[in-house]
Order: sequence, then structure tokens, then C-alpha cells
Amino acid sequence: MTTLLSDELLANIGRQSAPHRELVTRRDIRKYAIATGNRQRKYLDGDQAPPMFHVALFWDVVELEELSADGVSIDKLLPKFPLERAMAGGLKIDYLQPVYPGDWLTATRTLTNIYEKHGRSGPLIFYEVDMQIVNEAGEPVIREKTTRILR
Amino acid sequence: MSLTERLPLANVQVGDELPGRELKPDNVQLFLYNAALWNAHRIHFDHPYATEVEGYPGLVIAGPMLGDWLNQCVEEWLGDAGRLVGIEYSNRAASYIGETLRSGGKVVAIDGASGEVRIEVFIVNEADEVITPGVATAVMGA
Repeated sequence: MTTLLSDELLANIGRQSAPHRELVTRRDIRKYAIATGNRQRKYLDGDQAPPMFHVALFWDVVELEELSADGVSIDKLLPKFPLERAMAGGLKIDYLQPVYPGDWLTATRTLTNIYEKHGRSGPLIFYEVDMQIVNEAGEPVIREKTTRILR
Repeated sequence: MSLTERLPLANVQVGDELPGRELKPDNVQLFLYNAALWNAHRIHFDHPYATEVEGYPGLVIAGPMLGDWLNQCVEEWLGDAGRLVGIEYSNRAASYIGETLRSGGKVVAIDGASGEVRIEVFIVNEADEVITPGVATAVMGA
């Protein structure tokens, strides 16, 4: 069977982003909790960050000229794949410690896997990105694994 | 009554269903969600682009927002009786503004020793198709 995955492409496995440090604020927690329709007071008031708040906290704040015509920012961690249409993806998250306003968190992302499968409609490329989030003491707070599928 | 019997875990059984919630996000909610992320992907706010260029039937509801609702489903059920420690889900099919979705879940396993409870969670669309299946882990008791 032929493969879409060249050695050069696979050599990107293990590539890591520069650590990304952000401050958790009550205002950002409140916006996120309200927008997601959360009904718990501690989150709506911003006393604690709800699960998945880290998705908003670590979404890249890119400048306008870095956005493509469809409004998407290029993820610099990823190589150029031979398939480009993104299909469904999945997330696996471990919540190790609660997150509060005032916390400084640091996220580091690693491209941990690239593999292909042959589906009914043709080849699919899967890739996995791990994100490790730690606090100022270096203790793990959240671990996240994203799997994306390209066709 | 022994200590164990007083723990909330003792009140939970495999097969217990989590309260369902009807979800009908509108343009305003989807806009605020993506603004909170800094996500400018046009499929979420530019109707002519989403339908004419990308060929979607409408504005696409953001995948991680569906994932967030699975977390909320578990946390609302848990209340103060436990802690959500992990979740795994996949966005299997797209959904669009105007659709009425529903979240829910079911307890599938309990480990009395560790207090760990596994819960199958889901978002279904109006056709009752599961568009976002997942499994959550909570710790109850101690």
C-alpha cells in the first residue's frame, strides 16, 4: 500500500511549541462561562475557571494579517500535510488541579503522532497534539490530547 | 450507618441517568463563544461564506462548545458530591444554528475502592443521532 506520509513529514513528530504563559482573569472566566451557557454561580462570577476554560486561555491571539481569508490562523506547530480538509476531531482532557483567577499557567504543545488510515472514502491522516499545562510551581494542572483527522 | 454508606457514592448506581438539557444556541451565543476564544473562523459567523463557499447548511456550532456542554452535564449532576477529573469526546458530526440539541449521560461503571465513577455522555441532534459522544471520569466520596 502506498503511503502519504513521507519520512520528511514524519520527522515532525516530537516538534514542540515554545511555552505559552497566560494569566487567568476573573473577566475572561466570566466571558467564557456566560458564552458557554454555564449555570453554576462560581463560574459565572469568575470565582473559579470551568472545565475547558483552558481552550479559550490558550487559543492563539494572532494579528489580523496572520489570519487566512477564511478567518483561520495557521498552527505553526503543524507541518504542511498532503491532505488539508479537516474532519471531526477529538479531545482527551485530564483535570489535575482547579484553576482560579490570578493563576499564571504555562502551556507547552507537542506534535506527538502522525499516522494514516484508509477509510471507505479514501485515505485519512490523523495527527495528535499533546498540551501540558503547568502552574508557577511547575505542577501539572491540565493535560490535553487532541486528535484531528484530515481527508 | 457506616462511613461508606454516608458517602454520596453509595447513592449512585450503574445505569443511573444524568439529567438531560435542551440546548439551542443562537448567533449571539456562538459569536460570544468564538470571541472569548479569539476564533475568527468564518463558518461560525459569516452565513454567506458558510453556505456558499464551504457548502454547509448553516452556521456551524463550534465543536469545543459541544464538548464544554458534556462537561457541564457531568458537573451539574455531580454538584458538590464529587469532582470531574477527566473527559474524552469526539466531534463526530457537525450541527448548525437553528438546531435543538440535547445533552445527557449515564453511569457505566463505579469503582467503590477509589470512588471513581465513569459516565457515558452525549450530545444528540433532533434526529436523535449522537453527534458528540464521550466518556467522563469523576471521583466521588472522600
